Amino acid sequence: MTATATTPSTNRHGDEPLLSVRDLRVTFTRQGEEPFTAVDGVSFDVRPGQTVGLVGESGCGKSVTSLAIMGLLPRRGNRVEGTATFDGTDLLRLGSSEMRDRRGRDIAMIFQDPLSSLNPVVPVGLQVTEVLERHRKMSRKAATPLARDLLKRVGIPDPDRRLKDYPHQMSGGMRQRALIAMALACAPRLLIADEPTTALDVTIQAQILSLLKELVQETGTALVMITHDLGVVAGLCDEVNVLYGGRIVERGGRHELFGQPRHPYTNGLLASIPRLDAERAPLTPIPGSVSDNLPWTSACAFAPRCSQPVDVCTQRTPQLEESGSRALRCFNPVGGPR
Amino acid sequence: MSPTNPMNRRKDRIDDLAATSGGTATLVREAGTVDEKPGVSLIASAWKRLRRNPVFLIGAGITLLFVVLALVSRVIAPHDPAVGYLIDQVRPQSNPVPGPQPGFPLGADDAGRDLLSRLIVGSQQTLIVGVFATLFGLAGGMVLGILAGAFGGWVDALVMRIVDVLLSIPSLLLAFSIAALAARPSQLTVIIAVAAVQVPIFARLLRGSMLAQRHSDHVLAARALGVTERAVVFRHMLPNALGPVIVQSTLVLATSIIDAAALSFLGLGNPNDRQPEWGQMLGKAQTYIYDYPHLAVYPALCIIVVALGFTLMGESLREALDPKSRR
Repeated sequence: MTATATTPSTNRHGDEPLLSVRDLRVTFTRQGEEPFTAVDGVSFDVRPGQTVGLVGESGCGKSVTSLAIMGLLPRRGNRVEGTATFDGTDLLRLGSSEMRDRRGRDIAMIFQDPLSSLNPVVPVGLQVTEVLERHRKMSRKAATPLARDLLKRVGIPDPDRRLKDYPHQMSGGMRQRALIAMALACAPRLLIADEPTTALDVTIQAQILSLLKELVQETGTALVMITHDLGVVAGLCDEVNVLYGGRIVERGGRHELFGQPRHPYTNGLLASIPRLDAERAPLTPIPGSVSDNLPWTSACAFAPRCSQPVDVCTQRTPQLEESGSRALRCFNPVGGPR
Repeated sequence: MSPTNPMNRRKDRIDDLAATSGGTATLVREAGTVDEKPGVSLIASAWKRLRRNPVFLIGAGITLLFVVLALVSRVIAPHDPAVGYLIDQVRPQSNPVPGPQPGFPLGADDAGRDLLSRLIVGSQQTLIVGVFATLFGLAGGMVLGILAGAFGGWVDALVMRIVDVLLSIPSLLLAFSIAALAARPSQLTVIIAVAAVQVPIFARLLRGSMLAQRHSDHVLAARALGVTERAVVFRHMLPNALGPVIVQSTLVLATSIIDAAALSFLGLGNPNDRQPEWGQMLGKAQTYIYDYPHLAVYPALCIIVVALGFTLMGESLREALDPKSRR
């Protein structure tokens, strides 16, 4: 987009970004159909030890962003542009075997559904050792005690017995713990968590989140947290990127963003969370759905659902404008222009 | 391309079967969340239902009986099936087939050999043909199915077009053509001909369920951990894709037995009748079908009962493992 869009937010941690995504654009092309741009010029930085959130509704491009960074999009039917620089190398330009060497070793990913993400016919222990065998070139025998320690570390009781268990013999929370153990087996420097708690009970969600927080702090792993759940963001993320229609519409530190949301979309997301302290206040949903999007080309995609649109919203494309640690893409922000 | 086109119907059936493997994940989920008791696996819960299914019990009973009979046939057969004990009773004009008599409860054939012993020992050949034809067909189908399912792209397209061509030829006709190519028909040529017919069925089935696995979450998760392509195919995709193939093989055992019998019946089987085989006995019995129908009835009954046993077992297995037909 413009030059401003590609400038990273203020460097609060004071060191070089570990992952630096610039102008990431993913377009799905199908024969005989209009190409569809799922991610449209997304830029963000992740520093070592930092937790960065990507927040948005279903279909806003969160998961596609993560899959593109991991190189896990199908080989055909899509076009990936932009750069994702990890430790000096552009991941998007790496060959498939080089990328495969990095996945699981340098960058790992946790998926949404812990049951379907585990191989149903292989014992959990073997699935953990598989990663170690692959990247550390260990024998299975040597990897087994390590796998047991990993299961123990993610809080699975009786890890010796659980090593031999099949995924269906475990509870949902335990499965997600096992997946986290697999992802952390080789001590990756970056962990991408794609809605890691969506498929879990609320009580288990809290456990998994605190586990993730603990592990990230312990090991200094950078974490990209993809979620639609603002509660998760509030509890975990240092910096939050709000996505809408494939673009970042607002960015800010956790406290700033929740304290003073400036984009009407962020504001709407916060207003649609049920609150216990407000007496019987009706929930304020954001009307419409993502499918009501305008194209970004000559308008703001959020305009049809916006609570405070102005004329210019449907005439020009708003740019992402940086100010300090925050960034905003809006003509008529909440609380008036500054 | 109407749905009634037999070739399409066959393909649909194979693809339906393949689709059941995609459902194993949901099936396991049910088992996992409904009762969290450890050890209730897909196979355990299927077995629980099978144990009470009379259809399965009958099929498995017949199959077991037949396999045991084939294994011990040489021991329990009252006479040597190749020796013409009653040859002096055979009168080509007036009495070509000796009737039942003490020691020979079913009588003898036109060479004076004990019919009961020949039927019992014949089970051996039938089992060998059925098992090996299925194994060879399975092996060939797995190679093609893994190739197509693992590589995708043009490999998949090429393999599947070959498979489609093979599927478009009626199976028995294909088996005849292959068997007829052999200069000297033998038991082995029958096995190869029957196996060749099964290859495309297994290939299509496995490819379908491999594709379902390819897009599954756990394969994506394995890829996200940098697992090598070979491990993805052989550890993450293949074992999860095998379910419908294993079920199909029990059904194929039945068709192999029938196909092999048909080949022998038409004289494309082993010409050496010192080694009895049901299809071959049936073929020989044609000469006397009006005067001595029992010569044809016994081997035909054996073929029908055994094929029925395998089919009943296979169908009930398929039903038990198919999440869609669970009651």
